[in-house]
Amino acid sequence: MFWRLSLIPAAFVVVLAGCGNEGAGIPVSLKDHRFSPAEIHVPANQPALILLNNQDGAAEEFDSTALKVEKVVPGHETGNVRIRPLAPGRYPFMGEYHADTARGVVVAD
Amino acid sequence: MLAALVIVFREVIEAGLIVGIVLAATRGVPLRLRWIALGVAGGVIGACLVAAFAGQIANLFSGSGQEIFNATILALAVIMLTWHNVWMAGHGREMARHMKSVGAAVSAGERPLAALAIVVGVAVLREGSEVVLFLYGIAQSTTAGSMFAGGALGLAAGAVISALMYYGLLAIPAGKLFRTTAWLITLLAAGMAAQAVLFIQNAGYLQLLTRSLWDTSWLLPDGGEGWRGILGKMLHTLVGYTAAPDGAQLIAYLGSIVAIFALMRWERGRHPGGKLVAKPA
Repeated sequence: MFWRLSLIPAAFVVVLAGCGNEGAGIPVSLKDHRFSPAEIHVPANQPALILLNNQDGAAEEFDSTALKVEKVVPGHETGNVRIRPLAPGRYPFMGEYHADTARGVVVAD
Repeated sequence: MLAALVIVFREVIEAGLIVGIVLAATRGVPLRLRWIALGVAGGVIGACLVAAFAGQIANLFSGSGQEIFNATILALAVIMLTWHNVWMAGHGREMARHMKSVGAAVSAGERPLAALAIVVGVAVLREGSEVVLFLYGIAQSTTAGSMFAGGALGLAAGAVISALMYYGLLAIPAGKLFRTTAWLITLLAAGMAAQAVLFIQNAGYLQLLTRSLWDTSWLLPDGGEGWRGILGKMLHTLVGYTAAPDGAQLIAYLGSIVAIFALMRWERGRHPGGKLVAKPA
């Protein structure tokens, strides 16, 4: 309880500090349960924003334990997928509902 | 069909484990099944609503509505689990003593039951909305029939997890059961608090201490594909296992444990009568 209260002022400071440094966002589309591009390059050690446009009728869950992201994007919607600052490397992700085709990797370099 | 089974099972693990723990924690409390069924039913209705309005929810908070929503209901579950543990710290012993005299236990059991029904509802809602979206998606595909069969089997497998958790906990002697479930519920709450912090970070807030402190995903991932992913996810739900936690998550996890035990201790101090039957673990 108490720790959470102390986080509130900290959160405001960080919110203000953390805004607007993600760049414009990297558009990625999902069609026929395939990501395009399937290899997404982001600068290392900086937050990034992926704008995932799901062009299929079915919902998809952008899922990556490496990126610590689980995000459902309903059919014909665009979802914001925030990428935390990453050490250089390759971070695989998948569309959990169609994992046989919906696969990709975020490359931090 | 197997794919659908695995996907739905992976989604319902968390709800299954939580229902099992709640069933064990309320052992011997009258009317508990009614409350838990109420929680499950509320969760299912909520899941359908969340799935139906997924687009609208996502568009809130400049595209981070889903993350904020998840963080909020996780925080609600953490508060309810804390309330249950703290309440039990004050009344648990006297409740255990009166367990066989039904009249006393009815009134004694009511309050934590409402809290736990909310916890069950939240767990079912969170995982259920993803199941509904998945099944709704495959309803449009050509192989819908066999996929639905797989989904139904996945749900059944989740129910089996509930049953295994419940009967496994019942094997613990009655005198130690509440102590065990208090620990389980504390770790459950701590894991949820850490998960809530992750959602807040993914919503773009609290960009603090976001570096991973270590990474044990080579040993056991905390989710994803394969049986290791399922095992890791179960541990993730039960004790908050996270393969690569960051500083903020770790603080939330440890801070929750400390806060819950401090509150339990404080509440126990207000009910000195309970010490009459105190015994070592």
